[in-house]
Amino acid sequence: MATHVKTTINNEAVEFLCEPHESLSSVLRERLHLTGTKEGCTTGDCGACSVMLDDRLVCSCLVLGVETEGMSIDTVEGVAKADKLHPIQEKLLEHAALQCGICTPGIVVSAKALLEKKADPTEEEVRFWLAGNLCRCTGYDKIIRAVLDAASVLREEA
Amino acid sequence: MSGQTSSEYKYIGTRSIRPDGADKVTGRANYGADFFLPGMVHGKILRSPLAHAKILSIDVSAALAMPGVLSIATSEDLPDMNAGTESAGEGEVDFYDFSCNVLAREKVLYHGQAVAAVAATSEAIARSALDKIVVDYEELTPVLDLLGAQKSDSPLLHKNQTTEGPKGKGKTPSNIAKQMMLARGNVDEGFSEADVVVEKTFISPIVHQGYIEPHACVVRTNESNQIDVWCSSQGHFMVRSFMARLLAMDVSNIKVTPLEIGGGFGGKTVIYLEPVAAILSRKAGRPVKMVMDREEVFRATGPGSSSIVKVKVGAKSDGRIVAMEADITLNAGAFKGSPMMPSMMCVFTPYTCPNMKVTGKDVVTNTPKVAAYRAPGAPQSHLAAECVVNEIAKRLNIDPIDLRLLNAVDEGSPTIYGPKFKAIGLKAALTEARSHPHYASALSDNQGRGVACGFWFNVGLQSSATINITESGKAVVITGNPDIGGSRASMALMAAESLGIPLDQIKPIIGDTESVGYNDVTGGSRTTFASGGAVIKAAENLIQDLKRRAAKLMDIDVELVQWIDGQAVAPADLDKKPLSLARLARKAGATGGPLTATATQTARGAGPSFAVNIIDVEVDKETGSVDVKRVTVLQDAGKAIHPSYVEGQMQGGAVQGIGWALNEEFVYNEKGVMENPGFLDYRIPLASDLPMIDTVIIEVPNPGHPYGVRGVGEAPICPPMAAVTSAVNDAIGCGADFQLTELPLSPVKVLDAAEKLMG
Ligand code: FES
Ligand code: FES
Repeated sequence: MATHVKTTINNEAVEFLCEPHESLSSVLRERLHLTGTKEGCTTGDCGACSVMLDDRLVCSCLVLGVETEGMSIDTVEGVAKADKLHPIQEKLLEHAALQCGICTPGIVVSAKALLEKKADPTEEEVRFWLAGNLCRCTGYDKIIRAVLDAASVLREEA
Repeated sequence: MSGQTSSEYKYIGTRSIRPDGADKVTGRANYGADFFLPGMVHGKILRSPLAHAKILSIDVSAALAMPGVLSIATSEDLPDMNAGTESAGEGEVDFYDFSCNVLAREKVLYHGQAVAAVAATSEAIARSALDKIVVDYEELTPVLDLLGAQKSDSPLLHKNQTTEGPKGKGKTPSNIAKQMMLARGNVDEGFSEADVVVEKTFISPIVHQGYIEPHACVVRTNESNQIDVWCSSQGHFMVRSFMARLLAMDVSNIKVTPLEIGGGFGGKTVIYLEPVAAILSRKAGRPVKMVMDREEVFRATGPGSSSIVKVKVGAKSDGRIVAMEADITLNAGAFKGSPMMPSMMCVFTPYTCPNMKVTGKDVVTNTPKVAAYRAPGAPQSHLAAECVVNEIAKRLNIDPIDLRLLNAVDEGSPTIYGPKFKAIGLKAALTEARSHPHYASALSDNQGRGVACGFWFNVGLQSSATINITESGKAVVITGNPDIGGSRASMALMAAESLGIPLDQIKPIIGDTESVGYNDVTGGSRTTFASGGAVIKAAENLIQDLKRRAAKLMDIDVELVQWIDGQAVAPADLDKKPLSLARLARKAGATGGPLTATATQTARGAGPSFAVNIIDVEVDKETGSVDVKRVTVLQDAGKAIHPSYVEGQMQGGAVQGIGWALNEEFVYNEKGVMENPGFLDYRIPLASDLPMIDTVIIEVPNPGHPYGVRGVGEAPICPPMAAVTSAVNDAIGCGADFQLTELPLSPVKVLDAAEKLMG
């Protein structure tokens, strides 16, 4: 039996129907066509499906759609504001920190969560925070540099 | 990271923002699984629970009767296929085997092989319908061991397969599909002259390309036998031709629209789902979407070959290498066709040594059919060759880079497979490595350093490009290779340079199989070289046309018109105003119609690329775990069109090689079931495992390309396994006798070796 769920997604009220077994990543992608959230494994190992759930960073493949009743979900689609990329997105592009780009949405969401918690992370802190976001293309070098660079931009803006 | 703009060029060599960037950082870009059609239903694959068995019968009736189930496919739905290899794209293909790999016939040859498929109104229904399909198997003994498979009493995978050798086919059936030899000079004489000889065998496991995006497609068929496909792949033309062949259709009946690709590394130069989805769609009368899960990706796609490589090298006491011999065995998986040949051709290519002999075997086992993986076959053979060369250096007490410089190939050196090298950058890369601060830096306790070099040919093959000029004078550049790592950016840079117009006037796009001429796969590091070459040619054709039209408008002879910085310019004394591209575009109606130009080529002169690595590791003597401390990668890129994406290839390739050396491995139980089919247990490198990866781009222009481009995607994965293995052996104090010779260098193995050395 499908369940009726009311949530807030990227600051907009969104209601959907979903089966009890459906993951949040599947609801976002298949039912709401918010395909910026990617699925690389659906077992919580790759981080491509990273979203914010009530301001907590989660793998949306490990959350059930029905669990999100009354909660607020922020996905990669909500990161850029009115045609302006977020500094993390800008820096990822400047540093050429994506090759295929499939890991990128998850990295954007995850890095943003880090910089909101910690404005001045060390390289090691960025590496450990992003250890849950697999990237097979880049070897991470440019991703780490981009996030550190974005952190300094955000500190200046603050 | 500083921009290095060569004065020769205005756009090439700059670090522009990729044209598809905004869509990729915002989640807007559509990858394989992100595509939907109205009325679309879901397909799922039933996979073999056994690694080796005869299929006695398949009963789909109960599954078909389930509400919501729309169609079922088995190999009976695929046309008959003749066995025998044919050349296709980058390599050779046996379409009978290919068809069996898409849906098994008669036998299953690995755990996870596709046996049947279901399309249903939901994924959940499709999954439960799979449980209702009854397959009767006669279980056979799985052949899992690469050595055991070769024994005459081993169970056979294919009863009709005999060994193909240099002198034709063997008489008795065998799991050895092919046996080859390459040689020059006389190795026996070489070894008899040598002052020092080292012989050692290195083993590497089955590994996966590990792209983060699982295979996915949507296929729609219609009543007049047209098929539309949307999928991610390393070549939509490849998808079209393979589908046509497997479904016995003409390519013109199939249109493939490429979606963004989430990594491939060679693993998406073949297809698995698309023909099955086409059958399901035809039978159901509905579009069918199929998406693999990660476990399916591990069990039934890729992987790269496991290997046993014995290398013997002899050198004079002054360091001159006088004999090199290798015996390479590669696992093909369930069907013949490992990258044995390239593995053999690459193994000693960095060296001038006059006496070489390389033998190779292609062996089938009950594991998934291997697919190309970045410089297919080369990392495995380089692992052995480069480690043995490092041992020689240690025995002779010569610096390993000096030893390589003494023996390195250069312009004019012959290769074991025939042609002589044109300009190449191996010596330049080695020289830079020798003087790099990394190489002079001190090591601490429990640390070790390894160096290695690597070689990959790179290919050219067929490419097409079209440039359409908009009414406003902008250039839409259409190519036909999926953008796997920033190729739109490099196409735009080459088009801007050739046309002399700013980058923001260029819009590079990737056409579907019907809107641009044929293109071979995105593989062999060919895209920037060959498709870029087609773009440059198309731009030249366009400029010819623009000059003709300008001449008409200026009313002068076409010979007098020059194309300079995006404008048609007449000689100064004629007092004619230059005509910009925008102006010529506006006037196109009056000068002969819309502006468009096309070029195609079978690209020749792909410049080979050499890479050199310096890698430092630290071994924890308590746990045996290895920490990668410092990595410097150097590579000849010919000309780096977009230096950041060249560095990205170098860094990504190095890290894949590091993962291959330290963590990655398919673990099978005795039944032939992979026990680690997920990213938790098949551990690819994480951000926290690594240091920064320093890059040094060497630019020895490739004479076969207008801007000197060499392919850069594959060479970077050739040296790291040997560099890491040498570094770990160094760190535990092996001296000139490496004890760790089997990958991955897991903590258990490292600890064992370290303890043995300590006595
Ligand atoms: S898809 Fe959720 S972690 Fe991989
Ligand atoms: S850019 Fe391809 S996985 Fe990260």
